[in-house]
Amino acid sequence: MNIIVCIKQVPETTEVRINPQTNTLMREGVKSIINPFDMYAIEEGLRLKERFGGKVTILTMGPPQAESALREAISLGADDAILLSDRAFAGSDTLATSYTLAGAIRKIRDYDLLICGKQASDGDTAQVGPGIAAHLDIPQVTYVKKIEEIKDKAIRVERMTEEGFEIIESPLPALLTVVKEINTPRLPSLKGLMRSKQAKITHWTHKDIELRFENLGLSGSPTQVVKIFSPPPRESSQMLSGSIEELVEKLALIFKKELV
Amino acid sequence: MPIQVIIEKCTGCTLCLKVCPFDAIRIMDAPRPSLKSVDIHEGRGKKAVINLDKCTLCGACAPACKFKAILLEKPETANQKPDISGYRGVWVFAEQKKGKVQPIAFELLSKAKELAAALDTEVSAVLLGYRLEEEIQELIWRGADKVYVLEKLELANYQDEPYTNVLAELINKYKPEVLLCGATSIGRSLISRIAVKIKAGLTADCTELAIDQEKKMLLSTRPAFGGNIMATIICPNHRPQMATVRHKVFPEAQCDMKRKGKIIYENFDGALLSSRSRLLDIIDEIESTVNLSEADIIVSGGRGLKAKENFKLVEDLAKALGAAVGASRAAVDSGWMPYSHQVGQTGKTVCPKLYIACGISGQIQHLVGMQSSKVIIAINSDPYAPIFKVANYGIVGDLFELLPALTKKLQEALKR
Repeated sequence: MNIIVCIKQVPETTEVRINPQTNTLMREGVKSIINPFDMYAIEEGLRLKERFGGKVTILTMGPPQAESALREAISLGADDAILLSDRAFAGSDTLATSYTLAGAIRKIRDYDLLICGKQASDGDTAQVGPGIAAHLDIPQVTYVKKIEEIKDKAIRVERMTEEGFEIIESPLPALLTVVKEINTPRLPSLKGLMRSKQAKITHWTHKDIELRFENLGLSGSPTQVVKIFSPPPRESSQMLSGSIEELVEKLALIFKKELV
Repeated sequence: MPIQVIIEKCTGCTLCLKVCPFDAIRIMDAPRPSLKSVDIHEGRGKKAVINLDKCTLCGACAPACKFKAILLEKPETANQKPDISGYRGVWVFAEQKKGKVQPIAFELLSKAKELAAALDTEVSAVLLGYRLEEEIQELIWRGADKVYVLEKLELANYQDEPYTNVLAELINKYKPEVLLCGATSIGRSLISRIAVKIKAGLTADCTELAIDQEKKMLLSTRPAFGGNIMATIICPNHRPQMATVRHKVFPEAQCDMKRKGKIIYENFDGALLSSRSRLLDIIDEIESTVNLSEADIIVSGGRGLKAKENFKLVEDLAKALGAAVGASRAAVDSGWMPYSHQVGQTGKTVCPKLYIACGISGQIQHLVGMQSSKVIIAINSDPYAPIFKVANYGIVGDLFELLPALTKKLQEALKR
């Protein structure tokens, strides 16, 4: 069972804030990490490999520094890692990104299952996973919280919804996006850490993949950012105090006021 | 080069450097400028220099520059600009579950009416499903001028492939200029796939939509970096301009039973309706009656509750308020509540009218999931808990006394 896991290196979201005085991004010493949701995708890939054999290939698109995310994935147990890095990819929105990743996956060719995190923590769009499936014209199941069974070239999974979940069966190859509930990611082993230091990371540019140049990067991206700003500040916060009875009265008044 | 600093205009003011999310800009002695600009700028050589290894062309710096010194250009090619003339109308994808149109569709209709008025066009709803008679009429009462309907057994429940095929077909046939859809588990899966199929631009999880009157273009505003910054996004050269919108961002369109509209029944052949994946079962499991993402009020509990059995205090209050129950990651990881109740970065993003955080310290991972709630009340024993920074009302106090008293008060009020 050959699995490709698509990951993204993101700035640690919790540290990206806007300075309210200057209305600018505060970014001092922001660390780069593997998108938290992708950790579950990697873990699920590794677990399937342990059950069914085969290999796990990690794929990412990003600047050269994204190589460190791939090395981290290898330290967890992934077999191969491919970095798509090229100035031609810069400025990609979700359409161009999914196009580029799909092109690389076509080149890898031999795969049974694609796994992505449900969304990335910097953009929060959840669009690239389904986008890849659409480009490759394969079935997708989003928000997967459990893989129930894999047999006879088909997979049965539980898909999280607002009310509960659905049970969906799909032929392979297919693409899954996974949520946190699916597993608990492992920590790297010592052996894995040693291997990750020496592992060879494959680098591909647009020349290595069959892609239409005009569909890449900025020119392949229909959307454009025209403005960024900090969210409007919350009305000044008010601390309530008093005895329990007084607090209950005050809260009851607030409920009345806010819920009309 | 798709991005460049116009040396003559750059003053080295550092505005761009501060907005760059990728740390790709430095102020330094500019690369050898032309002789002319050396003459002009003699004596103040510090300019913005973009490190192209780090820059992702995200576009944050160009609008931030007050001197229009950063140029971000799309390399235009011949087949770059599809023909977008002839795209008219604002469409709402009317999501239905078990034959019932979901409230999100009515929320979208209220905004769609505004957008359509600004564009001087009409609002249409698209309804896919099976046996939907009564639902069609309600969409008209709530603001749709037209409803496109396709009723097929294969469309009774949402499935990615047939829904994608049919909606893409309808878009190609009728060419709407704007398409809105809920940022729900259905909408986010469907529209992402549609975007690729029809090669259009899509902005996810918008919290504000407006029309640029001059260009007649949709301005989609959305939170990024977990809600720490907001970005406004346009889609100038592709149609439809598509956006998904979070629950509870817009009020539901009111019902006007005198409104008239046109119903257009569609019929497509079987190939479009086929699906490789199969939906085997639908299981509803939210214990409390209210769905977290659609709730007007959420009462959430965290580590401050100290033990699983104490979550009952939160549940009782939620019941008295008719609210949904949320939980912090700490509470879910301790096994006090199932994951489906988790609010925050690795759980759900919610924006109810009222969010009551009980014993939640307010780790940033939690805040990004709830900070766009309209009103936040925080109750915590630690006066320095970060949750108070985002709260409209804060109480430093003992949950174990306050929650039961509050629940009792509400129950009494209800009895009266």
